[in-house]
Amino acid sequence: MTKKLTNTYLIPYVLWIGLFVIAPLAMVLYYSFFDIQGHFSFENYVRFFTPIYLRMTVSSIGYACLITFFTLLIAYPTAYLLTKMKNRRLWLMLIILPTWINVLLKAYAFIGLLSTYGPVDTLLALSGIGRKQILFTGFSFVFVSVYLFIPFMILPIYNSLEKLNNSFVEAAYDLGASAWATFRRVIFPLTLEGVKSGVQAVFIPALSLFMLTRLIAGNRVITLGTAIEEHFLVTQDWGMGATIAVFLILAMIVVMALMGKGWLKRW
Amino acid sequence: MWQGRCHSRYSAGDPMTEKTIIQFDHVAKRFDGETILRDINFEIERGKFYTLLGPSGCGKTTILRLIAGFLEPSEGTITFDGQLVNKIPPNKRQVNTVFQDYALFPHLNVFENVAFGLRINKLANKEIEPRVKEALHFVNLDGYQNREIADLSGGQKQRVAIARAIVNRPQVLLLDEPLSALDLKLRTAMQVELRQLQRRLGITFIFVTHDQEEALAMSDEIFVLNQGKIEQSGSPRSIYDEPINRFVADFIGESNIIPGTMLRDRVVSFAGKTFDCVDQGFDEMESVEIVIRPEDLELKPQGEGMLQVRVESQLFRGVHYEMIGKDADGNSWMIHSTKSAQIGEAIGLFFEPEAIHVMRHGETEEDFDRRLESYEGADHD
Ligand SMILES: Nc1ncnc2c1ncn2[C@@H]1O[C@H](COP(=O)(O)OP(=O)(O)OP(=O)(O)O)[C@@H](O)[C@H]1O
Ligand SMILES: [Mg+2]
Repeated sequence: MTKKLTNTYLIPYVLWIGLFVIAPLAMVLYYSFFDIQGHFSFENYVRFFTPIYLRMTVSSIGYACLITFFTLLIAYPTAYLLTKMKNRRLWLMLIILPTWINVLLKAYAFIGLLSTYGPVDTLLALSGIGRKQILFTGFSFVFVSVYLFIPFMILPIYNSLEKLNNSFVEAAYDLGASAWATFRRVIFPLTLEGVKSGVQAVFIPALSLFMLTRLIAGNRVITLGTAIEEHFLVTQDWGMGATIAVFLILAMIVVMALMGKGWLKRW
Repeated sequence: MWQGRCHSRYSAGDPMTEKTIIQFDHVAKRFDGETILRDINFEIERGKFYTLLGPSGCGKTTILRLIAGFLEPSEGTITFDGQLVNKIPPNKRQVNTVFQDYALFPHLNVFENVAFGLRINKLANKEIEPRVKEALHFVNLDGYQNREIADLSGGQKQRVAIARAIVNRPQVLLLDEPLSALDLKLRTAMQVELRQLQRRLGITFIFVTHDQEEALAMSDEIFVLNQGKIEQSGSPRSIYDEPINRFVADFIGESNIIPGTMLRDRVVSFAGKTFDCVDQGFDEMESVEIVIRPEDLELKPQGEGMLQVRVESQLFRGVHYEMIGKDADGNSWMIHSTKSAQIGEAIGLFFEPEAIHVMRHGETEEDFDRRLESYEGADHD
C-alpha cells in the first residue's frame, strides 16, 4: 500500500526527468552519430580529435580553470570575512542580489565600463598608465566571468564555514597552531565540501560559456561552448555540435566525480 | 643569586622550582560593559588538582579561557611562571585544554588527532610516533591509533581529547566539564582515572564542574564560584566542614542553615536553646547563621538529645533515610539517618559541639581565614 503510494508520487518526477533530462541527453548522443548530410557515421568523433577541436578543448579547460581559481581565491576569504560580520544577512543579500539580474544586462554593463574611452579606460589614462585595450581580451573574459560566478562560489563556502564548529578552531589554536596552520590543517579541510560544491558550481558552467566569449572576449577566446553555438546556429552541423556537447557532458561528469560526494554519488 | 644556581638546581628564583605557576591578581572580565568576573585572586601551584565549582553561568569557563589565552582580562594581571601573560595568545602558552565537547578533529583519525600538537611543533616523524603511543597508553587506548573519531564512544573520545592535550607535555591541563556528557557509571570511573592520571603526570590540572560531589571527590583544592566571584577556596574537607556563607553551605552538600546568636566565644544560641560550640572571634550577641549537616544529626528517643522535633516527612534514599523535622521555633531540620521514624512522631536530635559551624554575615574570605586560623591554631597546638 505505502509502496504503491510512493510510486504514484514518483510519477511526476520520473516524467520530468525522462522528458527533460534523459530524452535530451539521448537525442544529443543520437545526433552526434550523424554527419552534416544526415548519414550515420563516426566522423564527428574523429574530427573532435583533430588539432582545431583539441586546441579548443584545451583552451576551454584552461579558461575554466583560471576562472574557477580566481573565483575561489576571492570567494573564500570573502566568505570567511562574511561569517565574522555583524550584519551577515544584509551582506549576503547584497552578494546574492546581482545574480538576479540577467547575465546579458551585466555583460552589456561591462562592455560600457571596459570599452575604449569608457570609465575604466579614462581612469587608466588619467592615472598616467595610459589607455589600454581591455575589452575583447582574455583578461576581460576572465575578469567578467569571475565577477559573474563569485556569488555561486561564496554561498556554499559560506554555508560550510557557518557550520564549522568554532571549538575546532580553538582546539587547533590551543594546541599551538598559528593562524595559518589552523587554516591549513583545520579550517580548510573541514570546509572542503563547500569548496568542492563551489568549484562544481563554477567550473561546469565556465566550461560551456558562450555568450561572454563573443560579447566580452570578442571571439578572441573560443571555447567548446562557442563552438557548439556556432555549429547549431551558423554552420547547421548539428552532428558536430552534438559531438562536442557529448564531450562537454563527459567532462562535467568527470568533474563531479572528482569533486566527490556531489549528487553523482547519491544516485 | 648565581652562586645559588651553581650549588643547586633548586634555588629559590629558578622558575622551574617556583611553587606557583599561575597567579590571578585582581582580575576582572567584562563583556559589553557587563561584569562577568570581578576581583578574582588566586594562586595555582605546580602538580596539584584544582577544581572550579559553581552554578551554571557563574564564570567558570570564562576563567579557563583567560588561563588558556582565548580571552584577555579587562582588569588585573595574570602571570604564568612569573611572567605577565595577559596578552599572550593561546598558541604561545604552555597550557592545553580538554574541551567540553572534546573538539576532536573529525577529518583526522585518533593518531593524527593526538599527533596534531607535535606536528605543529615540527617534530620528526620518528619522534612523533612513540610520543603518540605513549600518550594513548597513558589513557588506556593502546591500539586505537587508526580508529576514526566518529567510531569512538563518548568515553573513548574523552580519552583521546586528554591524550591530545597531554602529548604536548603542558605544565597545566585545563578540563572544562569533561565528564558531563558521560553516564553516571563511566563518569565515576573517569573521576578515579583522571585523578590517577594527574598524579602520574605530576602536572597541574584545573578542572571545571558544577557537580559538587565530583569536586569533593577529585580535588586538592576547590574554588567555589558564584556570580563571577570566588566565594571560598580551600581543600574539599575545609570547604565542606567550614563553609564561609549560606551560598557555599547550600551549594556544597545538604545543610541545615538556621539563624542564631553568638552569646560569647564557644557559646551559641539557636532554636530557643543555648549550645556549646567550637567557634569564636565573634562580637557578643552577634546575630549569625549556624550550619549543621544532616548526617551529623543523630536520632534519639523523644526527650533525649539536644533538640526536639516532629517528623514531617521521610524518604528512603538507599543508604539512609532523609527526614524533615520541625522544631518548636518553626525551623526545618533535614536529618540523614540509617534509622527510620514515623511521620508525626516526636523525636530528639543529638549533635556534637564540633558539628555546629557558625557563619558571620557578609564575612570576606580573608577575614574568615584569619578568624579560623586564630583559634584552630590554638586548639591544635
Ligand atoms: N563572549 C561572551 N560575550 C558575552 N557574554 C559572555 C561571553 N562569554 C560568556 N559570557 C557570559 O558570561 C557568563 C559566564 O559564562 P561562563 O561560560 O563562564 O559560565 P560557566 O560558569 O562556564 O557556565 P556553565 O556551567 O553553564 O558552562 C554568562 O552569563 C555568559 O552569558
Ligand atoms: Mg562553562
